Amino acid sequence: MADIPTRQAFGEALCEIGESNSRLIVLDADLASATRTGLFRDKFPERHINAGIAEMNMVGMAAGLAASGKIAVASTFAVFGAGRAYEAIRNMVCYPKLNVKIACTHAGLGVGEDGATHQMLEDIALMNALPNMRVLVPADAAEARQMAYEAINSEGPFYIRLARQPSETIYDDTYRLEPSGGIDVIKDGDDAAIVACGTMVAKSLEAAGILARDGISCAVLNFSQIKPFDSFNLIAYAKKAKAIVTAEEHSLKGGLHSIVASELAELHPTYVLGVGVDDKFGSSGPPDELFESYAITSADIAEKVRLALRKLI
Amino acid sequence: MNSKLEEIALEMRKNIIMQLYSAGSGHPGGSLSAADIIAFLYFEEMNIPSFSDPNRDRFVLSKGHAAPALYSALAEKGSIDKGELITLRKLGSRLQGHPSMGIDGIEVPTGSLGLGLSAAVGMALAAKLDGAPYRTYALCGDGEIQEGIVWEALMAASHYGLGSLTVIVDNNGLQIDGPVSDVMSPYPIAQKAIAFGFDAFECSGHSFDSLREAFAKAKASPKPAMVIAETVKGKGVGFMENDVGWHGKAPNKEEYEQAMACLEG
Repeated sequence: MADIPTRQAFGEALCEIGESNSRLIVLDADLASATRTGLFRDKFPERHINAGIAEMNMVGMAAGLAASGKIAVASTFAVFGAGRAYEAIRNMVCYPKLNVKIACTHAGLGVGEDGATHQMLEDIALMNALPNMRVLVPADAAEARQMAYEAINSEGPFYIRLARQPSETIYDDTYRLEPSGGIDVIKDGDDAAIVACGTMVAKSLEAAGILARDGISCAVLNFSQIKPFDSFNLIAYAKKAKAIVTAEEHSLKGGLHSIVASELAELHPTYVLGVGVDDKFGSSGPPDELFESYAITSADIAEKVRLALRKLI
Repeated sequence: MNSKLEEIALEMRKNIIMQLYSAGSGHPGGSLSAADIIAFLYFEEMNIPSFSDPNRDRFVLSKGHAAPALYSALAEKGSIDKGELITLRKLGSRLQGHPSMGIDGIEVPTGSLGLGLSAAVGMALAAKLDGAPYRTYALCGDGEIQEGIVWEALMAASHYGLGSLTVIVDNNGLQIDGPVSDVMSPYPIAQKAIAFGFDAFECSGHSFDSLREAFAKAKASPKPAMVIAETVKGKGVGFMENDVGWHGKAPNKEEYEQAMACLEG
């Protein structure tokens, strides 16, 4: 697939699914154009509900629709969906295990110029902490599409984290999600392994390329199914590689770094360094400048891998 | 008709007190104020051929802390065994402190105030999308309507023209911290509901004739409707009535016996 934003691919997939699945209802909170669920609105206006700028009520209504037999997708920006509506998701969606899919776009620093209030950096932490929640972070358009099908065709609550900016293409149309939350090994390597999710997967592949020029063989794992996950490949690379580095467009506190480190601490104690936002709010600026400023570029990942390897030597 | 409802409501009140005494904690005041409303809904107003009927009327106890009143009604209705009532709030019981899934008649978990109404709007919306004939009822507390989501939900119900939705406010005038008018006044309620596109009907929440009249008007209205039921917190147990101290406290043995004697009158 072309380099398009995961939000676009997800919105397009909903339109396809809506053709054969009449139970599918999509809700928005005045951001349908931006979240790209507006595509569904235009195609199936009778099955699109705009809640207005009222995210908690959007989630509550989605729960009521799901309790009445619908499959409800509630979509907005991640800061308002996972943030403002958190407690509605907790008590009205996850606790009763209702068929509500929270599809949040504009996650991370890639939001750019809108700045800190709109750059959600804690949503993986919040959603991962909820029992019964499945948490998915697609690395590119093809994976976002797969995840739309997975979420709609599976019972129960989902959180899907989507990005505003285009994602570089990693997978082709033949890609299928690893079953049972498996971690996809995109590139093999012996010295170190980068474990990444979302927009950081493509950057991790670039980082592996940079390191290869220095003779460092680095694997790249796509940890796109945050919960539940199967740690088989993670453990395999923790055993094989000398260091693990995580990469996420999210806070290091409670995100992928925390998840990988705690899993390995229990199952195979390993040195794990993290690339991510270090306990800070975002800021206005062009996305690429923000990634540099917050040290989450491919060069930063490569540098972190070198650091990890040096500390062990 | 009223005498049967009165009989059921009395039985429910006894079971509310018995459950709370057995649990050692819980909310008597708001359970007792809502008992007549809930009895009227389950035993006259709502059409529930069975709890698995997709066209059954939906009831959402948005003021979920009145769970003992709901459990008492469901025990009368047969979805809860009467012997189970003493398990309220005990480890392993289906009768959670606030209503939870897994019991016929409980559509969504409630207790986090405002969310139940929001979900009820979703249910009424589903009925409209499907052309289904069922009605949806949500019972809120007067303190509960201080929650912002309540007004988001009312706005949405009105915007989507959900004439099959009836919101009931158990207007007992008290909340944990004191009189509702002192803590954060939501008054006047009817005018606010009307401004949000609802029809509003005031009635006595302890008179079945008055409830009957208000719900008939609500049903006849093409708009979503609000029934504002004037109630007495702790109704039926003299020493609990209008006493905010009985919002969230269970009776001890002596108080339990006194309350039962009061109800048996």
